[in-house]
Amino acid sequence: MASQNSDDSSASILVKNPTIKFTKLFINGEFVDSISGKTFETIDPRTGEVIAKIAEGDKEDVDLAVKAARQAFDHGTWPRLPGSERGRIMMKFADLIEENAEELAALETIDGGKLFSMNKAMDIPQAASSLRYYAGAADKIHGEVLKMSRELHGYTLQEPIGVVGHIIPWNFPSIMFSLKVSPALAAGCTMVVKPAEQTPLTALFYAHLAKLAGIPNGVLNVVSGLGSTAGSAISSHMDIDAVSFTGSTEVGRKILQAAAASNLKVVSLELGGKSPLIIFDDADVDMAADLALFGILYNKGEICVASSRVYVQEGIYEELVKKLVEKAKAWVVGDPFDPKVQQGPQVDKKQFEKILSYIEHGKREGATLLTGGKPLGEKGYFIEPTIFAEVKEEMLITKDEIFGPVMALAKFKTIEEAIKRANNTRYGLAAGIVTKDLNVANTVSRSIRAGTIWINCYFAFDNDIPFGGYKMSGFGKDFGLEALHKYLQVKSVVTPLYNTPWL
Amino acid sequence: MASLRKCWLLSRPFSSASAALHSRGGNISSLSRGISKYSTASAIEEPVSPPVQVNYTQLLINGQFVKAASEKTFPTLDPRTGDVIAHVAEGDAEDVNRAVASARKAFDEGPWPKMAAYERQRILLRFADLIEKHNDELAALETWDNGKPFEQAAKIEVPMLARLMRYYAGWADKIHGLTVPADGPYHVQTLHEPIGVTGQIIPWNFPLLMYGWKIGPALACGNTIVLKTAEQTPLSALLASNLLHEAGLPPGVLNVISGFGPTAGAALASHMDVDKLAFTGSTSTGKIVLQLAARSNLKPVTLELGGKSPFIICEDADVDKAVELAHFALFFNQGQCCCAGSRTFVHERVYDEFVEKSKARALKRAVGDPFKVGTEQGPQIDTEQFEKILGYIRSGVENGATLEAGGGRLGNKGFYIKPTVFSNVKDDMLIAREEIFGPVQSILKYKDLDDVIHRANSTPYGLAAGVFTQNLDTANTLTRALRAGTVWVNCFDTFDAAIPFGGYKMSGHGREKGIYSLSNYLQVKAVVTPLKNPAWL
Repeated sequence: MASQNSDDSSASILVKNPTIKFTKLFINGEFVDSISGKTFETIDPRTGEVIAKIAEGDKEDVDLAVKAARQAFDHGTWPRLPGSERGRIMMKFADLIEENAEELAALETIDGGKLFSMNKAMDIPQAASSLRYYAGAADKIHGEVLKMSRELHGYTLQEPIGVVGHIIPWNFPSIMFSLKVSPALAAGCTMVVKPAEQTPLTALFYAHLAKLAGIPNGVLNVVSGLGSTAGSAISSHMDIDAVSFTGSTEVGRKILQAAAASNLKVVSLELGGKSPLIIFDDADVDMAADLALFGILYNKGEICVASSRVYVQEGIYEELVKKLVEKAKAWVVGDPFDPKVQQGPQVDKKQFEKILSYIEHGKREGATLLTGGKPLGEKGYFIEPTIFAEVKEEMLITKDEIFGPVMALAKFKTIEEAIKRANNTRYGLAAGIVTKDLNVANTVSRSIRAGTIWINCYFAFDNDIPFGGYKMSGFGKDFGLEALHKYLQVKSVVTPLYNTPWL
Repeated sequence: MASLRKCWLLSRPFSSASAALHSRGGNISSLSRGISKYSTASAIEEPVSPPVQVNYTQLLINGQFVKAASEKTFPTLDPRTGDVIAHVAEGDAEDVNRAVASARKAFDEGPWPKMAAYERQRILLRFADLIEKHNDELAALETWDNGKPFEQAAKIEVPMLARLMRYYAGWADKIHGLTVPADGPYHVQTLHEPIGVTGQIIPWNFPLLMYGWKIGPALACGNTIVLKTAEQTPLSALLASNLLHEAGLPPGVLNVISGFGPTAGAALASHMDVDKLAFTGSTSTGKIVLQLAARSNLKPVTLELGGKSPFIICEDADVDKAVELAHFALFFNQGQCCCAGSRTFVHERVYDEFVEKSKARALKRAVGDPFKVGTEQGPQIDTEQFEKILGYIRSGVENGATLEAGGGRLGNKGFYIKPTVFSNVKDDMLIAREEIFGPVQSILKYKDLDDVIHRANSTPYGLAAGVFTQNLDTANTLTRALRAGTVWVNCFDTFDAAIPFGGYKMSGHGREKGIYSLSNYLQVKAVVTPLKNPAWL
């Protein structure tokens, strides 16, 4: 996966440590210090060293940003432009992202420990392509003319919801930024984005590009800062009309409470998961092993839809375990700038320690450690690809989201058992099925209580595929035209008709 | 915000062209030689030499410009003078066969329909950028071949072509089938598949816009195309198609055949390997096209045909504004619009004032060389249309309508006609019943709403209608009562990529533009399979 031609890698050496150009808050079209003058450090997870000091936004800064967004929404051009014009500016924004892909990819790597090659091939292009997708949707937001039961003319207007707060996580800083910002921009909203404190660098760069693209001042504001201060100020702000959050279930709950306690703003939550991957006897074992491993190790396991529970039917269990262990041992962990490397460091010390503590739990609870289980190297936050077998439903490593390269593997007998165990979770974000049997695929697809089902594939995301959770994995969708509707209000308009020839 | 003004046709339809124009760079100012207020003289002056060269005159088949199989050509004429602009390859059945075979191959073997929609989108977006880059060249070719004011082509029509391409580019990755609720343990889905090889026949009045209306949705959906241009105006589509290939369109996806209706057009309409046909033109030709489709392989047909659209001015109207809008509704594009507001119904309370002011407005209309800045009206397309329009004007006079303005040709060269206004037109007169397709306004008087609804609907056509009133209830009543595919309330000719357009009755079948035109180019396939033990239904 970390394929990279040699030309590219030589170029990448030049940008391994790009100059950090943007470290301040972006409010009303300007980069500004925080009112308190405070900063926080953003750390390179390869080394634990400080990359830069970033302005630390707090409640007062959020207030300023919201004021700018409010002004831009209530009196500015953005919601008043035709959708096609908003689309043009967004297309320009996308072009600028592509032009700066190399630098953005490098920032993403030093800030989040993500693979440089993947950032360049996937994350950054995806940020551009989401913008283009929603740019194309901006002039296709249709209300409906309604069927009335008496002499009335009724129709719906899909209006932009207003000022939106986006609180985004650190695992895919670019994709998440674009995923939240693009549909909101297309809808005609203005916004305040709070990137994760672990990974503020690309969001601030995007703010700069947005301005270059022609997005008017105040439409897109970026306040870097901590969840407990800036994030909390956004979710409880009386003048923010909607909040879209991606992150942990625990923080999601706080955001929903803050929204409820303040102005009942609309909330959408994309939260944690403990997604099952169910491999049936008829599967191609080699392909299934690749999928299972990729499902848990991709992005160091720091992905909410990670296939962190793998259920394998008994007929192929032994063979699959063998292959899994082989492949896991061959998995390359190391410097994310190295094109041969498949897994970089975990994002920070806290995550690193949390994952290691789950591994210890797994050992204590009696799961069989097939491979891995230790940190790697002496510097930075690297962890070995880890597989636990014979996990039980009640074990912590089967129940909790670990958010690291730790797989919980179990055996099952029947389709009914697989469905039951797969659904035995408080989460419902995604699930994978590996089978050639059409009936099995269809039955399991409808039976799993999760927002996305991947059949014979995993992580198959696309701009047009709505994504979001069941149960405590959240509500509301990102991606697809569904996401656009998070940022729209429906207004019904009704007036009497006289002498109408039809109803 | 400046770019907003490009859409003035959308937002401010009744401002005069020159007032709404703004400097966009480009070569326009260099063409300016001043415009005479009333311009009989300007039509006689030496025509402005068009700032463009004709580089493409051959058929476009499988990504190559080629001669016709017969090696025949036909002349395309400058309507300002009747002089030959260029000799263009004349496609016939054999060329259509070649083009269809190339489109078939491009469809069946790809890469076009197999390409990710995102990639199709990117090609259409690049095409839009190239259209903008070649804006004035495209517009000049359009004006030279068609006679429409250059400013109209350069400021409205070519930008609108780019807008259409961007709009449909955005649809490419949003074409959704449905999962369908089943009445039993079944899993049901619909796939929206490209329909295949599409034949498209376009008219001469808006060559580039009609080209855009047709190819945009067909390409976005993943189809391949054989497009026949009108024999009067073959040039701009060839230039545009060359740009589309430059943008990355694979060969064979869009083939362009210049030629005549009875030969090339008929071959396309009756071709057994064309899966879909879309036609814009006259109702009489539309009938033939539908018959040919019926006689051959039952290909589905979209028809966008003639009209005799009413423009209704209510008693509460601001007369000055109504006069301007009604004038624009009829005279725009030399009256060569299928949706022209060609029956101007005026409430009796404001009728006299309206007639007087309409006459004055028509007399003020700047007719002349379409390359001159400020020209509102150029020549009619060709001698056939020119003679036909003059014939209608004679019939109006003979039938007893009052000729208020115009009434004959302007100058003695080319196909210029004076802006003509008839008042006291009665419903049964030929000029109130038939599509004239020229600068001839017919004003009719009415008394009450029921009367005008009845009269407005007494036509075999149903393409469009205009309503001019401030009264909400009147607007709503008329909107629903008029049997027409578009109703413009206090505006006219307000077009956009997102607004569907098409006719009721003998004005045609189907809708183009907007989300609606996607369905013209998609097949719906239902996929059904039983479910074992479904968790829910």
